[in-house]
Amino acid sequence: MPQMKDVEMSANASNDNVQYPRTIFIRRHSVVTRLTHWLNVLCLSFLLLSGLQIFNAHPELYWGHFGADGDPAVLTIGSDDDAGFPSGFLRVAGLQIPTTGVLGVSNVDGEPTARAFPSWATIPSFQDLAAGRRWHFFFAWLFVINGILYLGFSLLSGHFKRDLAPKVNELSPRHLGREVLDHARLRFPEGEEARHYNALQKLTYLAVIVILLPLMVLTGLTMSPGVDAALPALVDVFGGRQSARTIHFITASALVIFVIVHVAMVVLSGTWNNIRSMITGRYAIQEKGPKS
Amino acid sequence: MSKLFTRRRFLIGGTLGASALTLSGCDLLDQNADVANVLRSAEHLTLKAQRLLQGRDALAREFDEKDISPSFRVNGTIAPDSDEYVELAEGNFSAWRLKIDGLVERPREFSLADLKALPARTQITRHDCVEGWSAIGKWTGVPLASLLRLTGLKATARYVVLHCADELEKTLDGSGRYYESIDLIDAVHPQTILAYQMNGQDLSVGHGAPLRLRVERQLGYKQAKYIMRIELVDSFAGLWGGNGGYWEDRGYEWYAGI
Repeated sequence: MPQMKDVEMSANASNDNVQYPRTIFIRRHSVVTRLTHWLNVLCLSFLLLSGLQIFNAHPELYWGHFGADGDPAVLTIGSDDDAGFPSGFLRVAGLQIPTTGVLGVSNVDGEPTARAFPSWATIPSFQDLAAGRRWHFFFAWLFVINGILYLGFSLLSGHFKRDLAPKVNELSPRHLGREVLDHARLRFPEGEEARHYNALQKLTYLAVIVILLPLMVLTGLTMSPGVDAALPALVDVFGGRQSARTIHFITASALVIFVIVHVAMVVLSGTWNNIRSMITGRYAIQEKGPKS
Repeated sequence: MSKLFTRRRFLIGGTLGASALTLSGCDLLDQNADVANVLRSAEHLTLKAQRLLQGRDALAREFDEKDISPSFRVNGTIAPDSDEYVELAEGNFSAWRLKIDGLVERPREFSLADLKALPARTQITRHDCVEGWSAIGKWTGVPLASLLRLTGLKATARYVVLHCADELEKTLDGSGRYYESIDLIDAVHPQTILAYQMNGQDLSVGHGAPLRLRVERQLGYKQAKYIMRIELVDSFAGLWGGNGGYWEDRGYEWYAGI
């Protein structure tokens, strides 16, 4: 396999006629994990782009129960029109950054136009809050149903315990430190070690599965006046509807960063092998030799 | 190896192609009626799920005086400009009458003084705009349920339609006239009031004088301002765009609990 790093091989061909190192295939991901993973990709893509459309309807974030024009904002994407020359900006906690071309002002049909996120980042591309909401809520339902299926399966099948829960020794600072260094040098696990997720993978995936994604759902629900009447405790947990909206945005940003790193890691540690394992389940690893 | 290579190229090419297609194709999909109907199916699910969670009488949170927003944004129509409304406003709404008709046992008219003479409810609640902002205000008014008890309902009545004085979009056929509708579950909810006061003052024109709806478990566009007439119907299919409200006729959900 072209992407597998070469093993410093000590081809100790022993008794049998098997040649080492050799490539063997293991079953990396169960069919439920694979299906729910790709459905999740679909859902999160639509949720992000339609979410940016919804954000564009009021591109300011606040903290607390209320917040509207005139109330102090924690984040604003806006535009100034200086004698016909529109300029866009991002303002976070008093710090203003010029973002003309991407945020605040971007081209629509060749014309610089005031809009928070650019048209290539929203569904639909033009300003249409009603349509953005339709896409968002449809895929939110699909995402929640998909997530419940995944969680139920993972708990029952032992996927969490077997594949995702870090072992005690993996959590030692020394071990984690070594993994961070290895990652920084782009040295990925090989041979026996490649059969399992490493500790950084386990911790990252767990953080996404049990913290970030549920946080997206819960902060999303807190923005709903209907849900707030039914489950008032949600509003208290997040400190108000506007805080929930802000946390929704921050968590979505964290997920975007996760996806960027995740895809980079997929590419750096063997694009084809990784993608195939998430489609067919088969994952190739290099065996150095019988017992080492 | 070569077989693998083509398969790999196929998959990578396919993935990239599919994502490009998704981006440019979304606008096309968005305009497709079948796609829109599939997406809309989620609204029904949302309504059912929320009603199941809420039960009939779960209350929206009520806040304290100190939580009231320092400024409450005026949204939608700022001042209706029809001659009829301008005249009513100049007369301090003394000539204004709220008509309640349609599928009621006893159609009636109420003056502002009639409404103020009925037992009132005051609530400090959060107003959530569909755009994303929120403001907290204090509302005083008559529970809609008390008025419906006075008029009685015919057995076939299913929705309460609020006809308003403001025209948010100028059209030749008048379809830009604001209206809204709620079902009977929300109509008899204890916090559903017809408010004539905001923050202790008579409603300003900007906030919907002389009377606006508060239906606290839904978004701002359901809180119809400038109410002139309340009509009980068995279906809103025949009204204007047939979707039960001004914004609903323009693509927004009829159930705005989310």
